[in-house]
Amino acid sequence: MPALVWMGVFLFLPLLLVLVISFAARGTYGGVEWTFSLANYLNMADPLYLRIYARSLALAAATTVVCLLLGFPLAYYIARAPARWQAVWLMLIIIPFWTNFLVRTYAWMFILRSEGLFHTVLSSVGLVTSPIEILYSDTAVLIGLVYGYLPFMVLPLYAAIERLDRSVVEAAWDLYASGWSVFWRVVLPLTKPGVIAGCLLVFIPSVGAFITPDLLGGARSMMVGNLIQHEYLVVRDWPFGSAISFALMALVLVGIAVYFKVETKVAV
Amino acid sequence: MSEHSVELREIVKRHGTTLAVDHLSLQVKRGEFFSILGPSGSGKTSTLRLLAGFEEPDQGEILIEGRSMRGVPPNLRPVNLVFQSYALFPHLTVAGNVAFGLEMRGVPRAIIAPEVRSALDMVRLAGKEERIPSQLSGGEQQRVALARALVNRPAVVLLDEPLGALDQQLRQEMQLELKTIQEQVGLTFICVTHHQEEALTMSDRVAVMNHGRLLQIGTPRDVYESPSSEFVAAFIGVSNRLSGRIEMVTGTRCTVRVPDLPAIVARVPPGTPEGALVTLSLRPERVHLSADIKLDGFDNTLQARIHKTIYNGNEIQYLLRLTDGLIWKARVPNLGGDHKQFQAGEAVFVRWQADEGVVLSE
Repeated sequence: MPALVWMGVFLFLPLLLVLVISFAARGTYGGVEWTFSLANYLNMADPLYLRIYARSLALAAATTVVCLLLGFPLAYYIARAPARWQAVWLMLIIIPFWTNFLVRTYAWMFILRSEGLFHTVLSSVGLVTSPIEILYSDTAVLIGLVYGYLPFMVLPLYAAIERLDRSVVEAAWDLYASGWSVFWRVVLPLTKPGVIAGCLLVFIPSVGAFITPDLLGGARSMMVGNLIQHEYLVVRDWPFGSAISFALMALVLVGIAVYFKVETKVAV
Repeated sequence: MSEHSVELREIVKRHGTTLAVDHLSLQVKRGEFFSILGPSGSGKTSTLRLLAGFEEPDQGEILIEGRSMRGVPPNLRPVNLVFQSYALFPHLTVAGNVAFGLEMRGVPRAIIAPEVRSALDMVRLAGKEERIPSQLSGGEQQRVALARALVNRPAVVLLDEPLGALDQQLRQEMQLELKTIQEQVGLTFICVTHHQEEALTMSDRVAVMNHGRLLQIGTPRDVYESPSSEFVAAFIGVSNRLSGRIEMVTGTRCTVRVPDLPAIVARVPPGTPEGALVTLSLRPERVHLSADIKLDGFDNTLQARIHKTIYNGNEIQYLLRLTDGLIWKARVPNLGGDHKQFQAGEAVFVRWQADEGVVLSE
């Protein structure tokens, strides 16, 4: 029962508030006028906003894929290292969380700006001659998102791979499976729960990210998170911001539900 | 083609600073059931992993069917391993597990299905094709692991402590069944075990290893009845021992002088000089007991006192006190009727033939 109270106070009540506000209208001076209309939801179909949703989904998907590609070998390496080293590696992955995310994102601005660290290193080894423009682009946002959410991919993958019985992998190898076949036929199917958990943990916060696109993406690469923040804090149109928030959440939930539905059908 | 299925030439394998396998050379004949017997840390498991290809030897060469295995990864070796933990694929059905090797080699589906069925028939698992491993008992999982290897008809089937995880009764049943299956399929089996009874029951030949070295190789009868060293004598079965010095050698017989005991006559290994320090080893089931001093026809007679009587059902075990601090064991079949059973404290005569004791040089 206490769990229900907690869920009610900290999850359902705020959500209900957002839902109710999303049907209201903006007051003349930025307040909430308590009327009922679907206008906020209909406004979301504006092509200007649709482009932002599409960019958010695309960037979040790309972030998830890149994190998975980088995270799997890393997690595999850690899970197969001697126990003493596993603790060290996991510690190194967790340590960045001790520093504020905003500060770490500023550090990336320093690295990516046109005469920044990235450029200095590349030009010192002669790879580039003219300044490279990475900061304030979708690429910069992608780099920032991958950096920020990679640990959320690595940790569940590590847990799944660590549980994987070494002799099962050896058995596949012994039964004529090449390296690729061992991965596709045995390692991946047996670590799938970790892959799914990692992808959800990266995709969901990436879609709604706003600090990273704000600092690294500049004005041109706005994401849904920035739009919501903009509506709430700049335009002071709380009802519209609430509608976008709610629609985003519904979209992600429906997406996950459909995925699991398909998944269980395939498994049966 | 050579008559040997497997040949090891001077194999050396180090794990860090320890020598896991120390200049090991042996040959396994085609169609043979060969066991490598040894305690943990004897190098037997390392040898198996070298054969499977999970590890490469530091020195020496492994030949399988006359072909050098240097640099050949496990998936390209004509061997299949039955893992100690079975290592079944938990996400595949029984049939999926057994079909895995054939699928990986690109065998057409139409051929895989009947092959899988006949492999499962052989291990008596017909009808369980669609189960997943976690729904099977330990014994059934073991059979799936065996079928998964046999279905590929490899040149060599490797077995790592195949019966280690089974309970006593199942283990004895499986020993006979494994041997029967091996004779049926005619493949070379190499089995690694620390269980002497298992090795003796199933094998055509046994290699005894300790500290990475090969100590003795021969038929189960050879290693049991003519152990070449104290370690082999003690590791394979229980042995009674006496330490002494060879007093006199006459042909194939010798007299061994043991302090505080009468002289003992035994068979002598060729080339053992007079005066050599030796250990005499005698199996408990070769010890004859009687209360009658006048019994004749035995080469050796010692006096002893029954220390303890242990009733085992099919046999009776006696602990005998020969002198202070020297306890021997005797195992006598429980024949019932008026056959005498000795009680603790009784005086007995311990007798055996010269050929029943084995003299081991120190």
